[in-house]
Amino acid sequence: MSVIAVLICFSLLVALGFLAAFLWAVKSGQFEDKYTPSIRILFDDVKETKKD
Amino acid sequence: METELNTVKEEIICFHCGDVCPDEQIKTGDKYFCCSGCRTVYEILNENNLCNYYTLDSAPGLKQNTPVSKNKFEYLDDEKIISKLLDYSDGNFSKVTFILPQMHCSSCVWLLELLYKFSSGVTDSKVNFLKKEIYISFKKQEVSLRQVVELLTSIGYEPEINYENIKDKTKRADDKSIYYKIGIAGFVFANIMLLSFPEYLSLNPSDKQLKQFFSYVNVALSLPVLFYCSSGYFISAFQGIRKKIINIDFPLSLGITALYLRSLYEIFINSSPGYLDSFAGLLFLLLLGKLFQNKTYDTLNFERDYKSYFPISVTKIKNGLEKVIPLSDLAKGDRIVVRNNELIPADSILFSGQGNIDYSFVTGESDITIKTCGETVYAGGKHLGQAIELEVIKEVSQSYLTQLWNNNYPKMEERGITSLVNTASKYFTISILVIASLSFIYWAGININTAVNAFTSVLIIACPCAFAMSTPFTLGSTLRIFGKNKFYLKNIFVIELLAAVNAFVFDKTGTITQSGNSNVEYSGGVLSEYEKSLVKSIVKNSTHPLSVKINNYMAEVKNESVLNYKEFPGKGIEGLVDDRLIKIGSDKFVGVNETADEGKIGVKKSSKVFVKIDDEIKGHFAICNDYRNGLSEVISSLKKKYKLFLLSGDNNDEMEQLSGIFPAASELYFNQSPSDKLNFIKKLQSGGNRVLMIGDGLNDAGALLQSDVGISISENVSNFSPACDAILDAGSFKKLSVFIEFAKTSLTIIKVSFAVSFLYNLAGLVVAVQGMLSPLFAAVLMPLSSVSVVVFATVSTNYTAKRKGLI
Repeated sequence: MSVIAVLICFSLLVALGFLAAFLWAVKSGQFEDKYTPSIRILFDDVKETKKD
Repeated sequence: METELNTVKEEIICFHCGDVCPDEQIKTGDKYFCCSGCRTVYEILNENNLCNYYTLDSAPGLKQNTPVSKNKFEYLDDEKIISKLLDYSDGNFSKVTFILPQMHCSSCVWLLELLYKFSSGVTDSKVNFLKKEIYISFKKQEVSLRQVVELLTSIGYEPEINYENIKDKTKRADDKSIYYKIGIAGFVFANIMLLSFPEYLSLNPSDKQLKQFFSYVNVALSLPVLFYCSSGYFISAFQGIRKKIINIDFPLSLGITALYLRSLYEIFINSSPGYLDSFAGLLFLLLLGKLFQNKTYDTLNFERDYKSYFPISVTKIKNGLEKVIPLSDLAKGDRIVVRNNELIPADSILFSGQGNIDYSFVTGESDITIKTCGETVYAGGKHLGQAIELEVIKEVSQSYLTQLWNNNYPKMEERGITSLVNTASKYFTISILVIASLSFIYWAGININTAVNAFTSVLIIACPCAFAMSTPFTLGSTLRIFGKNKFYLKNIFVIELLAAVNAFVFDKTGTITQSGNSNVEYSGGVLSEYEKSLVKSIVKNSTHPLSVKINNYMAEVKNESVLNYKEFPGKGIEGLVDDRLIKIGSDKFVGVNETADEGKIGVKKSSKVFVKIDDEIKGHFAICNDYRNGLSEVISSLKKKYKLFLLSGDNNDEMEQLSGIFPAASELYFNQSPSDKLNFIKKLQSGGNRVLMIGDGLNDAGALLQSDVGISISENVSNFSPACDAILDAGSFKKLSVFIEFAKTSLTIIKVSFAVSFLYNLAGLVVAVQGMLSPLFAAVLMPLSSVSVVVFATVSTNYTAKRKGLI
């Protein structure tokens, strides 16, 4: 039965990872502007020049 | 299509902004432009290989009609101002945020995010389109803040930099904690549920240790919910008690505490599972409710005062030298220069030059007042024409208009309405405590264990979660429905205030009169089609409000190309069309001779614009204000239930017309100064009235702040509007009485949902007083009651909105 305990620990770790990802996403402002990125994605060839 | 374009000579479209070009004079290569401003922008973009701008949207630019004077941004060299504007700065890099009101299409986003192509000093620029903000990082050594601003201006996006920006920057820090809390509570809720499954399904694991292990994991998971997610409720309950108020958070905190302590007891002493799943679920739902009620409008600002549109610098003259100083350093007795299109920052005396002051900002009227030397000019007016010199007689914050903000206005919480929830929660808490104690006393004689069980069970089951959620969801939906109808409220508390209103105060100009769609009437000598086209060709070039109205009035008329077009701010415009000199403007400008042209002048009653072709004065356009669409309907539906008042800053010319619209019992006041309006509202309030003020200009600002509900009406909601509780789009003015009715309905819905949640509580209490609360029962009842109340509140709000025609 103790294998369940181990598995639960793992599942919690995975879930914690997602929670951390969510918190990070909020913190880095990904939910602040839900509109501009939809425009920005259309400028693909500009993006390339921007990277270098 | 193309042939059609060719036949009409004038139909050359400006490559930059899409306006019709007056002639073929301004061009670069094969591209034509309507003005040299547009051409300059095109040339800058062309030089930098950024003409892709024009392929994303056709003619995406904005007309560049106000050339910016060279030293306009001189104040940006001042270290003090720089440090106030920058978000962040270290030795090398600086970051700054600007608002660019001109941003309007995807081409703008594209161009602005490529700002680094124009200047190597700019390292990155990012745009938030909805907020019309741009975030720029730049290298201090390579480019100065002033150069960045000038760069933006040169490509047609002049940043909005005003006094308010530099005064406080704290509002930019958005509160994200609600999202963190919801994330954590949701995570914990889901995981505890998962670990409680064996319990829900009554599986009896043979392994007792495993059962214990699940419980301990649950306790560990619930800790952040207790200490972080629920902290807001405890703090608010505590603050309430300190002010001797029992608010809704008090019984909530009580329930949460009982729930948690009981769970710990069950887990560690009784080795049974406890109620941690209910605990986390409760918090998750409560926080969702909180999020739902906090709908904010990105582009709207309800807190603006004069600071948000006063300039941040003025040109001061000292010993014959001009120097740009920050507005905050302006002192009484200073001599300043105000140029064309600049605002007068403080009450002053005109020292030299002729002032053509446009107070439309302040009063909402398009009239221009002419001031001569020695006269007093008030802060907030915009000067048009040649530069004038002023001597400041009052400090910025003490000026006639700005001192309106020095009063202490009642804050939202202080407006005397104990919110429905708090009143109800007081009685609720008392009765819960009584029931809990009674059941404790009853059981204490029989079995002390059951007594404690019963006591805590009552507190847990009576935790008013459904109760607490009905308000945010009902009012939150109401707020959204209002938003869909272009009636934007500052927050949900305004709805309760709206429902309590019993007196309406209207401002006249700009509020019940319409500035956009005035009645234009031509009188005087008849204009032939040909003459009309001459006039139209001239007015088309001007952005003056009166010209725009005349232009709209003659929308059908064709126009010709204009030569030597000149604008005389505050006076009029002239130009050569088909070799004929056309002058359009004030009586003095065209040279009206009172006696000779008598028939063509008429009675002086409304704004008049005279037309002169060659040497003959043809006649004039009279532009009179028009009442808003549906005004009489709004008034007649309001007059049955409410007291109505009208406060106008104007003279009583329109008394007769207005008394035809307003009922006999209502009072109309004219010639009211901003402080008269404020005092009038105060007087009404001290008479026990709950006042709704609806106005538009800065002259209503004091009254809007003082009233119980201040509504600012605006033709374009993203334009400036003074501090208020709600912003109403002019087009929705006719629905005003429906809005008030709907606010009342929402409060009724809340009361009904209180009753529903009370029934749930009663059902739970029957079980709880017997001390037989099983974790599963709690885990089902609490979310069930909350969700059903939320569904009821949302559905019924939307249903009534539909019946009232709001969605």
